[in-house]
Amino acid sequence: MNSLAHDAMVLAGRTVGHWRAQPVPFLVTLLFPVLVVLMMGGLFGGAIAGSAGDYVPFVVPGVLALTMLFGLETTMAAITTDAARGVTDRFRSLPMHSGAVLAGRCLADLAASVAGLAAMTLAGFALGWRWSGGVDGVVAAYGLLLLLRFGLLWVGVYLGLKAPGPEAVAAIQILVWPVGFLSTVFLDPATMPSWLGAVAEWNPLSATADAVRELFGNPGVAGGSWPADHGQLLSVMWPILMVVVFAPLSAAAYRRSNR
Amino acid sequence: METAIEARSVRKHYRGAERPALDGFDLRVAAGSVCALLGRNGAGKTTAVRILTTLLAMDDGTATVAGHDVRADGDGVRRAIGLVGQNAAVDEILGGRANLVLFGRLRGLSKAAARARAAELITRFGLDDAADRAVGTYSGGMRRRLDLAASLVLAPSVLFVDEPTTGLDPDARREVWGTVRRLVDDGVTVLLTTQYLEEAEELAGHVAMLRDGRVVLEGSPAELTSLVGDTRVEATFEPAAADVAGAAARVAEPYAVGPVAVSRSTVAVPVADAVAATRVCGAWAREGLEPHDVAVRRPTLDDVFMHVNRTVSEEAR
Repeated sequence: MNSLAHDAMVLAGRTVGHWRAQPVPFLVTLLFPVLVVLMMGGLFGGAIAGSAGDYVPFVVPGVLALTMLFGLETTMAAITTDAARGVTDRFRSLPMHSGAVLAGRCLADLAASVAGLAAMTLAGFALGWRWSGGVDGVVAAYGLLLLLRFGLLWVGVYLGLKAPGPEAVAAIQILVWPVGFLSTVFLDPATMPSWLGAVAEWNPLSATADAVRELFGNPGVAGGSWPADHGQLLSVMWPILMVVVFAPLSAAAYRRSNR
Repeated sequence: METAIEARSVRKHYRGAERPALDGFDLRVAAGSVCALLGRNGAGKTTAVRILTTLLAMDDGTATVAGHDVRADGDGVRRAIGLVGQNAAVDEILGGRANLVLFGRLRGLSKAAARARAAELITRFGLDDAADRAVGTYSGGMRRRLDLAASLVLAPSVLFVDEPTTGLDPDARREVWGTVRRLVDDGVTVLLTTQYLEEAEELAGHVAMLRDGRVVLEGSPAELTSLVGDTRVEATFEPAAADVAGAAARVAEPYAVGPVAVSRSTVAVPVADAVAATRVCGAWAREGLEPHDVAVRRPTLDDVFMHVNRTVSEEAR
């Protein structure tokens, strides 16, 4: 049997090959969050924060977290496409380490997310976003963002393995929007009806958005509720919970993927 | 003779399915031979391949491939086999060469060795012109060739080929057949599934007919066809007022090795061989009976297939 690390690296290299062969979809994924910031900032920034400029320090960290949620569909699409085309079966007929396919997916998707965060960060800087926290805080903030991505990755793997076909990805592409809006990414939940605000505060996306705003030294939400005041704790707990629940489910679904 | 594949009483019942997909599936394939698993859609061919290639767990039974137990030593099986066809595919976005390098590396070759092997296979399978083009742009035949090449990166001792020519045009089909034949010359054991009787006759030394999840009949193509009867002369006559076909049947009677069948204007005469067939025609000519159309037919696997289906459904009754 080959080593897990070797096979995972080879498979991650395969995804890098995809980016090279088809750079346009990859660039679109990379730049889409930037478009979201420009759209939200330009169109709603004035209404939300008084001016687009005042909205930028609030919305950029939020969209950094949202970028991690967008990664869910990348993961899911890759997994379902391979399953539907029979590529997964080819892998499973090879003497590979059984965890390699999923580990390779993790590596490639995390690499893509690092690129996505870099693109969004550069765009944020161009729009006047700055961090005022120390280096420790900035490093911790990016760590939390990638941790969220890591948690969502396993959700994506599981959904991808369970999806009836690549068409199901379209459903997730739509559903990330309500999840994104029903959070503190764009708005302070204090402006929402109280029950809706409570849902938004418990959203894992909100936990990470709140935590990184604090670590970057950017303006945050008004707070006052338990989840809003424990953003950092929740931003660690939510991804761990996702991994604990979905990694074993994914591993079991992968072993059983006997369609 | 050494056995490359052996399955005993394999059973698989998919959850929610009405009937088991495999129900007492037995098969033995000698090393270095080609066995065709022949059956209609839903007969259990793909399930059998998926179980033997460790993609699917069986409910009951035992199976070994290249000496490795499918259940206990899946990794040993995977090291010894190649899988092509319906359920094994290639990466559509990457080029053919990149695919072969990928599968080579996943089989444990170094980067340089995988590249060298990929170059060799690209040339051997006639894909030089398309080597660096995305596989998504390949024709069906080219894809299937790449698919075969991908399963040969490290020469397997047993190759599973699941419906390799489904959806291919006749030229591409012949190409795939040629490739499979060359592999057999190299000493690879091949288990082929197909719904095409012609394909089984072309490629396989041993044919196992699968129906409702079990092998109902097996043997060489010649053995199977001899089960359903002899060479026949089939002639069609003008449906005239007089019973020409009936007269032709009576004339043919002395040459027949079995009962002569008459249906309206057609006569079917079982004969011992082709020489006997020409005698039948000569006798008709002497009597002034002139057929529209004459054919000498050897029984085909199609006839066997119909025979099997008939027998099995009669038993079921």
